[in-house]
Amino acid sequence: MAKYWNESIECMSREDMKKLQDERLVAQVKHVWDNVPYYRKKMEEKGVTPEDIKSTADLHKLPFLTKADLRDAYPYGLLAKPLSDCVRIQSTSGTTGKRVVAFYTQHDIDLWEDCCARAIVAAGGTNEDVCQVCYGYGLFTGGPGLNGGSHKVGCLTLPMSSGNTERQIQFMIDLQSTILCCTPSYAAYIGETLHEMGYTTDDIKLKAGIFGAEPWTEEMRREIEKSLGIKAYDIYGLTETSGPGVSFECSEQTGMHINEDHFIAEIIDPDTGEVLPEGSKGELVFTSITKEAFPLLRYRTRDICVLTREKCSCGRTLVKMSKPLGRSDDMLIIRGVNVFPSQIETVLIEHGYAPNYQIEVDRVNNTDTLDVNVEMTEAQFSDTIKDIQQKEQELVEAMKTMLGINPKVHLVSPKTIARSEGKAVRVIDKRKLHD
Amino acid sequence: MFIKQISIFVENKPGRLSAVTKLLGENDIDIRALSVADTKDFGILRIIVNKPDKACEVLKKDDCTVSLTNVIAIGINDKPGGLASAMECLYAANISVEYMYAFISKSDSLAAVILRVDNNDKAAEALKENGFKILTSQEVYDI
Repeated sequence: MAKYWNESIECMSREDMKKLQDERLVAQVKHVWDNVPYYRKKMEEKGVTPEDIKSTADLHKLPFLTKADLRDAYPYGLLAKPLSDCVRIQSTSGTTGKRVVAFYTQHDIDLWEDCCARAIVAAGGTNEDVCQVCYGYGLFTGGPGLNGGSHKVGCLTLPMSSGNTERQIQFMIDLQSTILCCTPSYAAYIGETLHEMGYTTDDIKLKAGIFGAEPWTEEMRREIEKSLGIKAYDIYGLTETSGPGVSFECSEQTGMHINEDHFIAEIIDPDTGEVLPEGSKGELVFTSITKEAFPLLRYRTRDICVLTREKCSCGRTLVKMSKPLGRSDDMLIIRGVNVFPSQIETVLIEHGYAPNYQIEVDRVNNTDTLDVNVEMTEAQFSDTIKDIQQKEQELVEAMKTMLGINPKVHLVSPKTIARSEGKAVRVIDKRKLHD
Repeated sequence: MFIKQISIFVENKPGRLSAVTKLLGENDIDIRALSVADTKDFGILRIIVNKPDKACEVLKKDDCTVSLTNVIAIGINDKPGGLASAMECLYAANISVEYMYAFISKSDSLAAVILRVDNNDKAAEALKENGFKILTSQEVYDI
């Protein structure tokens, strides 16, 4: 059984990797300069030209890109290839302004799927495996990414998408799935359902799971490993850089190896933007050095984590990132979906409610819950329950459309939610996501 | 002809009903009739009081969410079948009752019913035609 999907890259010496990154970075900066006026302008404002970028040591000279840039440049402003060369988009959930739309050439798709193939092989996958992909398919990157990686490895791929859990389990048993790919909370739910249906781990052939798209703890990992009888591997990625497979876990399970031949990682101080020395905790910044259609340079992920170059027992030399330890913005990840409190605020104002609200996020039986407390207003009040509930239902529907997940709305007395004096406590996250 | 009902939003939280009723008492407002409709998260306290405008004012000042609704009060014979005949009359006139509640008068022959219907004018007309007594605000408070 092959230990690596691409040994020469995954175990490349630091010097060779740096050389490869240097070459690719220089070429990428030129590609962006020539083809993305939006970023070129940012470079010009900073007084940087492609000639200033001779190696990764010059990376810090380049301006950052943030989600706000993605919004300003939506939809085509950061595109570096003619649309005739693009074959796919993927997108995050959410609304205009918050939604990310990323473009891919066929080459981009190949490289992305290649990254996912590395993750599958690192989890012990071969062409003998049956890989059940229950990430959502469609705009979400989870399904398409792992599906493509699974094809590359040659696994028999079960493109299940998410939901219909009993059917998932029936396929898992009948077709003897050996690798499961989904969000960790869905994996936990599949485990519970399996046992509720009266099966045990003896009835299934699963050996590994590749779980990502939302934060999860070591405790949750152990629970899932026990209930499904598998080894659970973390995977990380974001639509802005491609999707899952930016980094992936190996059998050591002590962090995720970043595919450095495609993505240069930096850790910065989120307040000053200053690059921090290796081993520091800070905000993760990625530079895509191989992407053709949507090559983001110095993209601020807002994920807080730590990078380490300690020798890994798996033999890979790729730098490892810790699980994200938090965010440097107010984005929440709920059931794998990115949620910004401001999206909720927008819906409330549109529906005539006060912009005073409180979001409570919790994890009950391994599934995230989203409760929104909303102050009752005179305009929304009525003497009949029917009228109030109808308006409440409209609000829930609008939030669901905006966020992509179903919230529970609770109407509370006016002026009982703290006003924004300085920093209002808009979000109460009761989940213990970080060890 | 119609009387003013005050509806108050009451979050399901210990002490809310107590706070609202205490406030009314302190302001010398007499509750003549009331009903509570409740859901999992909140309730609506509906009251008929002697000074509706003042009640609204003090409640709003205290950050309560209130609304004023015109409702119909009728006097019916306090005996079996009394309410049924009123309902039959409304049904025959194709009027929907959103909700209703009753209170007993000091006289033993009359019960008063507060009706919230989809069309007040049509309902009042039908009730009058069928000989029901529509109570004025004053009559409700004095009953």
